[in-house]
Amino acid sequence: MVYVHKLTKRYGSLVAVENLSFQLEKGEVLGFLGPNGAGKTTTMRIITGYMPPTKGTVHIEGLDIIDYPLQAKKLIGYLPENPPLYNDMSVSEYLNFVADVKQVSAKEKRSSIFNVMEQCGLTDVRKRIIGHLSKGYRQRVGIAQALVNNPSVLILDEPTIGLDPKQIIEIRELIKNLSGERTVILSTHILPEVTMICSKVVIINQGKIVLEESLQSISQEIEDTQNLFLRVSRPEDGAEEKIMSIRDVRGVRKGAAGEYVIEPRPGKEIREELSLLVVESGWGILELRPLANTLEEIFLRVISSEGN
Amino acid sequence: MKSIYPILKRELRSYFASPLAYIILVVFQVISARFFFLYLQGFLQFQFDPSYQLQIGELNINNLVILPYFGTISIVLLLIVPLITMRLIADEKRNYTAELLFTSPLRIRTIVFGKYIAALVLLIIMLLLSSINIFVLMVHGNPDFGAVISGYIGLFLLGASFLSVGIFASSLTENQLIAAVISFGVLLLLWLVGALSDAESTILGYLSVINHYEDFGKGIIKVKDIVYYLSLIFLGLFLTYTSLESERWR
Repeated sequence: MVYVHKLTKRYGSLVAVENLSFQLEKGEVLGFLGPNGAGKTTTMRIITGYMPPTKGTVHIEGLDIIDYPLQAKKLIGYLPENPPLYNDMSVSEYLNFVADVKQVSAKEKRSSIFNVMEQCGLTDVRKRIIGHLSKGYRQRVGIAQALVNNPSVLILDEPTIGLDPKQIIEIRELIKNLSGERTVILSTHILPEVTMICSKVVIINQGKIVLEESLQSISQEIEDTQNLFLRVSRPEDGAEEKIMSIRDVRGVRKGAAGEYVIEPRPGKEIREELSLLVVESGWGILELRPLANTLEEIFLRVISSEGN
Repeated sequence: MKSIYPILKRELRSYFASPLAYIILVVFQVISARFFFLYLQGFLQFQFDPSYQLQIGELNINNLVILPYFGTISIVLLLIVPLITMRLIADEKRNYTAELLFTSPLRIRTIVFGKYIAALVLLIIMLLLSSINIFVLMVHGNPDFGAVISGYIGLFLLGASFLSVGIFASSLTENQLIAAVISFGVLLLLWLVGALSDAESTILGYLSVINHYEDFGKGIIKVKDIVYYLSLIFLGLFLTYTSLESERWR
């Protein structure tokens, strides 16, 4: 469980994070979104105890990170924006060091290192020097490092940055598998990632929360406000008016020749009537598909409306 | 105390996995041995000088070989310590590994101690290597052994003080070169500040890091000198701790 209450962080006169509060139950995966410089990294650094907040409290499994730093830090696995790697060590030496530093008991150390190397696909490179590894492998070592103490709270700052598409999919799978027993906070720029992995979304902008919702209700909203894309081979003047005349159509925009974007009323189905109209009018239907109204649009909407 | 061990182990590993430690040890050994040889040669030639017979009590092997040899070692330490300490903390910041250390369940003082002790180990190895020359001297000559021991205690305290200044400099920046230049500058200042007086007569003389060393070389161990060095070591480590702690609060 992670409990963040009225977190504020100021650097001199600059306010990085202001009055940030949220709470995560065990097993929840939080997608932590926001434009660059919104305060994501600062918030994560405060939660992990790397830096103290100016005001506010953070509890990790009920332990205050300021009052009981050593106990609370034992429960956290943290992958910073730049993976904290020693380039002169081999992968297994490094994981051994991290396990020692995080005070993993001697009994569990071997099996825990073995497990994270398996999970992160590092077994084959365990003897290689970290400085010689590719960016993707370095990122995996970074994730392995965060997991080695079997943390109950996992905090990942842009875990899939710099990876190729195949690795991104692997890492996402890994994070998905890791959740369950753990509470995960994940910051990212890649919004589809959130839809795939997370159960909850917090969007922050200029240090403040602008949206906090479960992914379920966001998906509902996405589905409800889905636009349609229509392309026909013989467009006709006045086609827009005809389309508008269908019940439950809220708006029509004309794109390139023969292309239309149609906005239905929320939650209403108009595809059947629309296709009938096109066929009856003899326009020659080429394409009719839902336009993906994604998290991206919601993100841009809340970010820009906050800006105004 | 036990949690120091992984930090210490990693630092030592990092010294000896790179060429750095070996280069430092070789350079130190070559320079000090060269000077040792010069002093010994001078001593042997001087024995044929007629005036030698008149001052035979003063001009013994301790005063003519071992004392200047220790003086040389102290100067070489001044030059080499910044190279030993420069990466200790600066490198953690540059590699972002500081974030790993400061989010792990370790106290800051544990991290600082672990790194400092690793540097002390390197210092001890250097001093042990330098003592080979003295042992050769003991086989063929008859130096005052007590003065040798106290000289080494002094050198160790001197070197340990240098290291604590160096680790502080390293905590101020993420650039190793800047750390080395800062620690060299501070050490040189601490050395030269009392160049014109001794440890008793002026405050600047008391502050000077080398004035407190002189008696050790002569075989005299004074509490005030030990206190001076221990205070300097404590001050350096405390400032390192403060600089790391305050950085997180900014």
